[in-house]
Amino acid sequence: MASLAELCIAAAAEAFRGNGEVVATGVGPIPRLAAGLAKSTHSPELLMTDGEAYLVETPVPLGPRAYDARDAAGHLPFSRFFDSAVWTGRRHAMVTPTQIDRFGQINLSYLGGSHAQPKTQMLGVRGFPGNSIYHPNSFFFPVHSPRTFVPGEVDMVSGVGYNPAKRIAGGNYSGVDLRLVVTNLCVMDFGGPDHAMRVISLHPGVDFATVQAATGFALIDAVSGETPLPDAEQLAIIATLDPHQIRATIFKDNPPARAAA
Amino acid sequence: MSAPTRPDKRMAARAIVAQLRDGMTIGIGGWGPRRKPMALVREILRSPLKDLTIVAYGGADVGMLCAAGKVKKLVFAFVSLDAIPLEPWFRKAREAGQIAVLELDEGMLQWGLKAAAFGLPFLPTRVGLGTDLAALGGLKTVTSPYGDGEVLIAMPALKLDAALLHVNKCDWRGNVQLFGADFYYDEWFAKAADKCFVSTEELVERIEDGAAGIGAAHANIIERCFLSGVAHIPCGAHPSSMPPIHGPDMRAFKAYADAAKDPGDWTMVAEQFVGADEQAYLHSVGGKEAVMQIPLAIY
Repeated sequence: MASLAELCIAAAAEAFRGNGEVVATGVGPIPRLAAGLAKSTHSPELLMTDGEAYLVETPVPLGPRAYDARDAAGHLPFSRFFDSAVWTGRRHAMVTPTQIDRFGQINLSYLGGSHAQPKTQMLGVRGFPGNSIYHPNSFFFPVHSPRTFVPGEVDMVSGVGYNPAKRIAGGNYSGVDLRLVVTNLCVMDFGGPDHAMRVISLHPGVDFATVQAATGFALIDAVSGETPLPDAEQLAIIATLDPHQIRATIFKDNPPARAAA
Repeated sequence: MSAPTRPDKRMAARAIVAQLRDGMTIGIGGWGPRRKPMALVREILRSPLKDLTIVAYGGADVGMLCAAGKVKKLVFAFVSLDAIPLEPWFRKAREAGQIAVLELDEGMLQWGLKAAAFGLPFLPTRVGLGTDLAALGGLKTVTSPYGDGEVLIAMPALKLDAALLHVNKCDWRGNVQLFGADFYYDEWFAKAADKCFVSTEELVERIEDGAAGIGAAHANIIERCFLSGVAHIPCGAHPSSMPPIHGPDMRAFKAYADAAKDPGDWTMVAEQFVGADEQAYLHSVGGKEAVMQIPLAIY
């Protein structure tokens, strides 16, 4: 039986299906394995880096390896990454912010207090403001809870969402394109009225009420069924991309894909 | 008649820091825990310099300068040690409300350096629209004068009084070579600054001599006209990484991070992480032999 982590990897890989020749970036083990799985199966046209500075045509496995154990097909250092991938819209990133709200606005900067004196300083906005206005983004959240899916708005808007009140008139927001949200409970998209978040599939053994109770704002029930389990081929590829079983450390006790009743 | 420019740019680290002044805006190259000019940062930490505005893709450089009370204002997009995602001393400074900040997107930061490099007051961008950055940072908008009339953020130039970098190889004229997989934004820090100073692993007589042939010239990512001084400091990036010769010293970063909790007082641990001088510091971390053994990071 597949694990919940493997279910999430396969579900997250769907975000990259049919994207065309864009750089697929997965930040963190599950998103990165998802991007690698997508490129290794249904979407070989994706571009991808080794996580450092080189473009690779074979996804680089997670975890310890020899430094030179990857074949570089191209060079995409940080500075060129903006010129080639981010500001041209030729990228789809999947990331894990600390907070997300009903508008799809995300926060990675600080929690509580004020910007001048935060209660909890986190990373900073990193590349979220630019990523979110220039290219598609998807999200993975290992713990679906109201602390992550917050009521109201995020403490600091680090990434652009669909909040009309935040949009300075005359700005070009055509690049804002939030795609998939994969969590430990379900898969969601922004396909509701005014891009409202809706649940499109529930992981095996999870019901909509459980998801709603774990969310700080109202969700739309657009469930079309259970999130599909990865097949044998997908599981074999995931195992190859994650030889050190880092995926087994994402969820406490590495639970199976089907939640216990 | 103006004095002739001295072509020999070799300087001691102390002489470089002696050119800096209280209140200056200083850009620091590298990225997070990767190829930071830490020896030059340590030299600042040994100096009485204060009230600095620091512009950086931050790592322990930012953390240490904040902890030591050198920073009046920080211009940043993140501060991180990679495997230790949240820089503990930077967090302490922020959570104490100790420093002023201009928080920017990573791309905006390099955009501001590019504006400064080209002598422009700003460069337009969509980045920042729809977020809290503009309101928090006082960033203004500009309207396209052409038919589209698009409203854009005017990212102000991030003009630097000085930039500090650490490079793999340099000659006395200031011809640098970088051999790592990524050059980060060092080029733009150098060009945005009135003066750029580098420390180098290897100091040579003529950069054009060598077994690598003409292809080595591709490693010269900053022209020497942008360099004002070069100091020969092997292991000058430690504890950050120096690809391709050594990786980040995660054991040293762990000790540094732990010290932010216990004792949590920089004055009690500054000696350990800064040292009386660079020779003493290098000796305390096991010498050059030990540093060269630190494996490269796998991402």
